[in-house]
Amino acid sequence: MLDADKHVLSILVENQPGVLSRISGLFSGRGFNIESLCVAVTTDPTVSRVTLVTKADQTIVEQIKKQLNKLINVIKVHELTGSEFVEREMVLIKVLAKPEYRAEILRMVDIFRCKVVDVGAEHYTIEVTGDEGKLQAILSLLKPIGIKEIARTGVIALFREPK
Amino acid sequence: MELTGAQILIKMLKEEGVKNIFGYPGGVVIDIYDELMKSDIRHILVRHEQGAVHAADGYARATGGVGVCLVTSGPGATNTVTGIASAYMDSIPVVVFTGQVPVHLIGNDAFQEVDIVGITRPCTKHNFLVKSTEELAHTIKEAFHIARSGRPGPVLVDIPKNVSTARIKYKAPGPVKMRTYNPTYKPNKRQLQKVVDLIKVAEKPVIFAGGGVILSKAASALTKLAQRARIPVTTTLMGLGAFPGTDPLWLGMIGMHGTYRSNMSTAHCDLFLAIGVRFDDRVTGKTDTFASQAQIVHIDIDPTSIRKNIPVAVPVVGDCKCTLEELNEMLESVDLGDLDNRRKPWLDQIQAWKSTNPLAYHQEETIKPQYVVEKLYELTKGEAIITTEVGQNQMWAAQYYHFDKPNHFITSGGLGVMGFGLPAAIGAQIACPDRLVVDIAGDGSIQMNIQEMATAVQCNLPVKVVILNNGYLGMVRQWQQLFYDKRYCCTCMEHAPDFVKLAEAYGATGLRARKPEEVEEVLKKGLSTPGPVIMDFVVEKEECVYPMVPAGAPITEMLLV
Ligand SMILES: Cc1ncc(C[n+]2csc(CCOP(=O)(O)OP(=O)(O)O)c2C)c(N)n1
Ligand SMILES: [Mg+2]
Repeated sequence: MLDADKHVLSILVENQPGVLSRISGLFSGRGFNIESLCVAVTTDPTVSRVTLVTKADQTIVEQIKKQLNKLINVIKVHELTGSEFVEREMVLIKVLAKPEYRAEILRMVDIFRCKVVDVGAEHYTIEVTGDEGKLQAILSLLKPIGIKEIARTGVIALFREPK
Repeated sequence: MELTGAQILIKMLKEEGVKNIFGYPGGVVIDIYDELMKSDIRHILVRHEQGAVHAADGYARATGGVGVCLVTSGPGATNTVTGIASAYMDSIPVVVFTGQVPVHLIGNDAFQEVDIVGITRPCTKHNFLVKSTEELAHTIKEAFHIARSGRPGPVLVDIPKNVSTARIKYKAPGPVKMRTYNPTYKPNKRQLQKVVDLIKVAEKPVIFAGGGVILSKAASALTKLAQRARIPVTTTLMGLGAFPGTDPLWLGMIGMHGTYRSNMSTAHCDLFLAIGVRFDDRVTGKTDTFASQAQIVHIDIDPTSIRKNIPVAVPVVGDCKCTLEELNEMLESVDLGDLDNRRKPWLDQIQAWKSTNPLAYHQEETIKPQYVVEKLYELTKGEAIITTEVGQNQMWAAQYYHFDKPNHFITSGGLGVMGFGLPAAIGAQIACPDRLVVDIAGDGSIQMNIQEMATAVQCNLPVKVVILNNGYLGMVRQWQQLFYDKRYCCTCMEHAPDFVKLAEAYGATGLRARKPEEVEEVLKKGLSTPGPVIMDFVVEKEECVYPMVPAGAPITEMLLV
């Protein structure tokens, strides 16, 4: 697809059963793409925020936003891409920690300012938070050492307030 | 005041002004039926739940109001899905109440449990599972509000058995306030000014109206606009009746089976005013070449319709009626010049297209289906409410019956569901007991909901069914003829029932015509016979609907008679 860029959508929805399936059903039913999706309640317990990352060209993104707005339980749809926003994702990486590599792993943990959150006989589990670029960087550095499995949260994001 | 859920439901229906419900009972809705019986709401017992939804759909379209259904859980609920999908595609306000197993059994694979809210999520405007009797009253209010406002559509309310039996202290719900739903009715003035400016300079304008005009009751505002600015009008299948089919500015229907002049005008116009439409592929054909010389204005209440398939120069989000009325008001003070002279070349061109390629067919020894529709139009003076099945019969009805008024043509446009016409006719007849209601049917489609003849007979509804009996699934056969080398695979309807005897078996009247000279007589007799009548017209077997634009081709590439 031509210029299928990444778009981050921040969607406020009513915190009710079935709302997530309305959103995911909209994407599958209309053939839209979901790269990642995060949902959790906001400070208002009746409202949840869905942060959704999609890859699509501009006309499709317009259609996605309108379709989301049309869902009865959707309160507001913001597109963050194109404006100033902060974006974070967390990943847990279970990396093979053979004795000869431990020092190097810990050095990387230090450089990337992440944390070792679990130590097993042969593995470390590392928690990394950052934007897409940072996560990619540490993942590719750890790959040759041996990544057993990872769990990613998907992106969450908010507008930056004016300084 | 203490009320049960069932009593609350009936109370709310009365408050919504519901007078008729189409339904079919079952275990988990007996309590509701028990209350319904005590009220003065009329219940029409259909013979299949799909029929209930199509009937409610027909009722809604004939009245311009909301149609209501009540069915049981499980199979009763799943049987409604096709009807709901059709209403959804055509934006028809229908509220469907389904019974559900008691809340504590939900998720247990209980007897006759289905997740109907899950199943219908993609084909309803919205749906609800009511988890407690306390929520029932305001949920019903919201359901009706959502169904009828904005771009209308079907809403399903799933009511577990214990919710309808529980007795609670009833509190009247306040007015509907929804923070998430607030359709835009009023158009943006600046956008409208752009439309006015375009109308001022257009030399070859066309108005393209759809079902949205009928839904928003904007037909007279549309007619005013067309006549004021002298703009010829075409419509979609769903828009038939939004503009008088006998007006000199009428172009006929657009699209795959549109008239030659309508499709040509669309291709050559310089301003294309699209109002209450969604640019369905059966309308546009190949999108790149569609109205490609025109500035396109698109007025619709649903923003998702705009720029979905077709790029648009001036989008206007708003209700068709509000928007057209405002536009008409703005145009009052605008000088459009000497329209007689200005429009002459354009209208002459259109007239030439009309005379070179009018809608036509060749009369032969056999009955031509088009002739039956023409005769029907003549004999009913164009005043009948026409429902249709799907296929060639539907297209001939659209082409040869001319609609001067909205809410007179009731067809399954978006879903194109065979079996729609008879139950829809029943719904329309309930809505308009004094009107003549005719289902123009095919021999295949009519068999999909033929059981509703029993409903018509039981309720003494004088619906007339005109079967254009070609012995084929004609529209599919037509595609096989034109695009598959006449390989008529599985489209020949052998072993059709004798429709005359079938009518009689239901306790209705059955008539048949085999020759052209019998057509008028059978129609006259059938239309004047009280009660439901089936008229079986044995028509030319291999007649095709023309013009035809092959799927995906530009709409100017028409196969003609
Ligand atoms: C429920 C359903 N099944 C299949 C189709 C596909 N289909 C479209 S038109 C048609 C033929 C309809 O035959 P008939 O009712 O005899 O009408 P005719 O075209 O012959 O007038 C079929 C099978 C459909 N539209 N709806
Ligand atoms: Mg047929």
